[in-house]
Amino acid sequence: MSENPDHFRFVSTDRRVREDRRFVVGKGNFVADIDVANTRHVALVTCPYPAAAIKSIDKSAALAMPGVHYVLDGRELAEATLPLMTGLDTPNVPRRPLALDVARYAGEWVAAVVADTRALAEDAAETVKVVYEKLPFVLDAEQALQAGSVLVHEAHGSNVLLDKTFVWGAVDKDFADSPRHLSLRVKWGRSSTVPIETFGVVASWDPWREILDVWASIQMPRYADQIGIALKIPVSSVRVHYDVDVGGSYGVKRGIKHTVLVGYLTRRLGFPVRLIEDRLENMRGGDAHGPERLFNVDVAFDDSGVIRSMKMRALENVGAYAGRSPFQLGKPVGAIVGPYKIQSVQYRAMAVVTNKTTQEAVRGFGQSPTNVAIERTIDEVAHTLGLDPIEVRRRNMIRHEEFPYTIPSGTTYDSGDYHTVIDKVLAHTSYEDLKKERDRLRSAGKLAGIGIAACLEPSGGNAMFEALINPKITTTTFMDSCRITVDGLGSITATMHTTSSGQGHETLVSTVIGEVLQVNPDSIRVTRPDSLNSLPSGTPVGSRMAIMLGGAAFHAANKLKTKLTAIATHDLGIPLERAIYANGEVYDRNAPQDRRTWADLVQIAHRNFHRMPSDMEPGLAVSHVMQVPTGGKLPTADGRVQMYPCTSFEFHLILVTIDPDLGTPEIVCYRIGHDCGTVINPKIVRGMTMGGIAHGIGAALYEEFAYDGEGQLMAQSFMDYLLPSSHEVPPVEIIHHVTPSPNTVLGQKGSGESGYLGAPAAVANAINDALRPLGISTNTLPIKVSVLGDMIAAARANKGH
Amino acid sequence: MKAAPFEYSRAADIDEACALLAADESTRVVAGGQTLVPMMAMRLARPTRLIDINRIAALSYIRDDGETIAIGATTRQCVVERDPLVARKVPLLARAIPWIGHAATRARGTIGGSLANADPAAELPLLAITLDAVLNYRVDGQTAEMPARDFFIGPMITTLPTGACLTGVRFPVWRGAKVGVGFHEVNARRSDFAFVSAAAQVELGDDGECKRIAIAIGAAVDFPMRLDSAEQQLQGGALADAAVQAAVTDALADIDPLADLHASAEYRRRVAINLAARAVADARSQAQGSKNHAH
Amino acid sequence: MRIELNVNGAVHELEVEPRTTLLDCLRDQLALTGAHAGCEHGVCGACTVLFDGVAVRACLMFAVQAQGTPITTIEGVTPGPGELSPIQDAFCETHGMQCGYCTPAMILVAHALLANNPDPTREDIVEAISGNICRCTGYAQIVEAFALAAERLRGANRPSELRK
Repeated sequence: MSENPDHFRFVSTDRRVREDRRFVVGKGNFVADIDVANTRHVALVTCPYPAAAIKSIDKSAALAMPGVHYVLDGRELAEATLPLMTGLDTPNVPRRPLALDVARYAGEWVAAVVADTRALAEDAAETVKVVYEKLPFVLDAEQALQAGSVLVHEAHGSNVLLDKTFVWGAVDKDFADSPRHLSLRVKWGRSSTVPIETFGVVASWDPWREILDVWASIQMPRYADQIGIALKIPVSSVRVHYDVDVGGSYGVKRGIKHTVLVGYLTRRLGFPVRLIEDRLENMRGGDAHGPERLFNVDVAFDDSGVIRSMKMRALENVGAYAGRSPFQLGKPVGAIVGPYKIQSVQYRAMAVVTNKTTQEAVRGFGQSPTNVAIERTIDEVAHTLGLDPIEVRRRNMIRHEEFPYTIPSGTTYDSGDYHTVIDKVLAHTSYEDLKKERDRLRSAGKLAGIGIAACLEPSGGNAMFEALINPKITTTTFMDSCRITVDGLGSITATMHTTSSGQGHETLVSTVIGEVLQVNPDSIRVTRPDSLNSLPSGTPVGSRMAIMLGGAAFHAANKLKTKLTAIATHDLGIPLERAIYANGEVYDRNAPQDRRTWADLVQIAHRNFHRMPSDMEPGLAVSHVMQVPTGGKLPTADGRVQMYPCTSFEFHLILVTIDPDLGTPEIVCYRIGHDCGTVINPKIVRGMTMGGIAHGIGAALYEEFAYDGEGQLMAQSFMDYLLPSSHEVPPVEIIHHVTPSPNTVLGQKGSGESGYLGAPAAVANAINDALRPLGISTNTLPIKVSVLGDMIAAARANKGH
Repeated sequence: MKAAPFEYSRAADIDEACALLAADESTRVVAGGQTLVPMMAMRLARPTRLIDINRIAALSYIRDDGETIAIGATTRQCVVERDPLVARKVPLLARAIPWIGHAATRARGTIGGSLANADPAAELPLLAITLDAVLNYRVDGQTAEMPARDFFIGPMITTLPTGACLTGVRFPVWRGAKVGVGFHEVNARRSDFAFVSAAAQVELGDDGECKRIAIAIGAAVDFPMRLDSAEQQLQGGALADAAVQAAVTDALADIDPLADLHASAEYRRRVAINLAARAVADARSQAQGSKNHAH
Repeated sequence: MRIELNVNGAVHELEVEPRTTLLDCLRDQLALTGAHAGCEHGVCGACTVLFDGVAVRACLMFAVQAQGTPITTIEGVTPGPGELSPIQDAFCETHGMQCGYCTPAMILVAHALLANNPDPTREDIVEAISGNICRCTGYAQIVEAFALAAERLRGANRPSELRK
């Protein structure tokens, strides 16, 4: 909640989220709900092996079946389209919707069957006979690095897509000068966001208008661009419908290979084509896995626990192909030291390919795994010195008065008051009482541990990691936009230019515009034009929309307010300094009865041109395209860059018990301090944090895309990929604080990743605190019941229990 | 994930169902469908005909037969879960059924379906083994029966003859004044299939000694397993914790537990011992505290 | 096969393949798209409908099996055009959703629970929704929606001055 509730009229007040109305009656507009006449359906033929040459594809049985229209293979598609866009400069690692000559992971799509119904397409897909020649494969990232490893892409010459080392500051000297050192290895297991709605897309080509209509469950920057490029048609021939409701995404719904596939098919076949992934296609071949990252962290510190320098190597197992995902190694550079005043950093970012499913952008874009590495390390520093882990964090944290604070990698953190947030959490829940409860549980025979995590949520989504990781990219903007029109009878309509997946953007836009114009947000219509009618948008990634869409709406509203005021003062014949704008009206400060109402101003603008100021356009239409605050500069030669404009902060304090015989962990207390600056809608922000924590608990304890030794994904369905239910998420109390950002129009920061960024670290630290009396530790996520149980049993056997 | 095509019949009575089953090897009955339908959606099961037995009223019942409680094969799990007769006479069932799946799957899933499916980690096969239930089935116009011990022989493998259909199960009632039950399972999430499970039922004599005991574990090996040697060891004794621990450890010393994505073999062995001991301890406590049967 | 389905109080005559699930039949043939496909193997619960008032997974039933039993979907508990039931309104009040994909299922589970248990504890609610996965909310505001709906339904027959 805002610290100054009187300051805002609508922002920070407890308003309903208008999108909820359509969802509670089942009238969301999800892609599978969209009915386009004559649509045919796609099912995929997938490769059963982790690596195989495709020798032949016999489509004859499938094509002979009634209702089957076409079977598309990789060769035909490759000849007609360009490879999918990749972020790195790796021309010998092309990525295509259908495998071309070689399939590189079990589940990779090899052919697409088009039929009258999805069921018929599946029937036909089973009859497509593909002859494979099995090839050697590699699954482990460290093995893939070794000389002589099986190569996933022969032409690339190695399995390394990225190996870049940054040195910011006098790292070697700081290590030499520090009395203490610690090394830690942390493994983040392959997990992802796994929305309940799979990815789906419908594409329909109109050859007379030369427009490709696309409806998709999409969350992707440059979606229309990538479609146009791959299909070799102008982007102005691509019409993406942004009014499709997306059933959850949290980063992963990029679907470009699905889209290029159906985009090609509709142009080739002359009718609309639809691909809605089923869950098996999604899990194995949807290319929506998340990071699988191995960290080696070394820190140099002193006897009081102050960390002077850090070296981190992050090795990412990207899967068989890479789109944007290697950039997930670059984004954490913008908060590489977390909330701490570490003076120098060496960071080595490595991405390797293996014969696993392709990875996609996951909520936080690599920040959450990095936070686990940092937070486990700082806990181990505290433990090594026999100091309290909260105290050690306090000693290392940037202080409130030190903001704006520039970290070694070049990003300036905008604002924060980490110590106050911690104070507030501990005032709410006594640390001493929590420790006593932990001790009581221990004496009752359980293992019990307190978990702490202090993390940042960089927000504002400036994609400077692109230029940082791949210097051939020179993009220094990540726009968003808003257009506002007041119609001839006075209603306000605002537009936003992207899809959403539950973040309440329509509510955000109407609230901000209502605040500026001082009119009821409920009276403001918010629509989503299609891509041909839109201004630029970077889409909801990088926790950016409150800042960027909120900012664009704010600026557009102010342009409108300025225009209305100018019309009024001209018509009133008063100088601008005497005008007061209030609640949609403008009046003379010296003579308040002299005013122009909203209706008056609409009348003048729309119909009484003779009363308008000279050189002003008639009507009431404004728009704003916004640049990222603090953005605009390329990285320096030594890899310093201003990454995101804002940093939100979260502090997790939890208590976990473990049944020592069963190895089953239970979170029995969960507190989180959260500061995301000015909160535009409290219900939305609360939901984000709660959902992020649940998601983080899943990544810490339950979720893994595990592979067996034969390269087969073992978690192919929800029976084995375990999503937290209501039983697995404890009640959470959120303790709020507001440190506004100086970089944004209302002081708002982002909160789309909140909870997820710190929960895995907090759970990992809690479990390690619980295991510490046994002299064991674990730094591999997810922390599974059986593994915990076996570790504990072995430790007790060693101790003679 | 659309099932492969199949023909569909509704059987009006059990003999019609059996006749259809006998006519074609790739015909299957469907009752609750909570296990079969997902398998069909993934095309792991591809019956050419499904025989729907949900409407055979004669297969849905809960009856007090004196020595046993008889439950019809198509009785819904949620109905058994709430039944007061079952709670009184077969308290172990009442204790364990809430652990099966979710409320939505128990609303449709049947007692017979779970038994016939014979998943090593499922609760109902474990309870049938623990209590020496007797399964009834119909084949070729004849009704036959089979003790649970003879029924479950492998993972998803039973000795139900080809063309046969389960019609019901009878759970013996323990009539003693001091009977208690215990049930435990461990899994990653509460409603998942168990990694390991254990069930126990204990009858104490007036002197507090163990008059009768049944212990079984599930999910650890290919089918639920009675701990016969432990039962023999513990019979007549006081069921002290150490004795129970020793007996159960001995009984499980030579098993070859399953290892998979979710749990190692060592975990299953160790936790089987632990859960079996806990189940016995719970059953003993409850028997000590009870005048009559458990709640 | 020709079947008759009783959905939201209306009887429909339909031609279906035996393999068509109740979920697909509702969505594709009756245009009742409020029930959603999340996994098609009975785990996520997004396909939940009420079968004789009991919450079940529509993806685990073939349409041919559903003949003769009244089925209720989210469309059937919506009072009228533009209107919200007390349960639906409670979900809006607590923001018990984000993307909306699991929401119709959650609301039907609420209907089923509150019909039998007008004063559920937090544990009752958590247990009731434990078969429905939500990836957005972390469940907190959904649990609150259930509790708020229960409170409002309990007080619904009493004049507002007498409440509290």
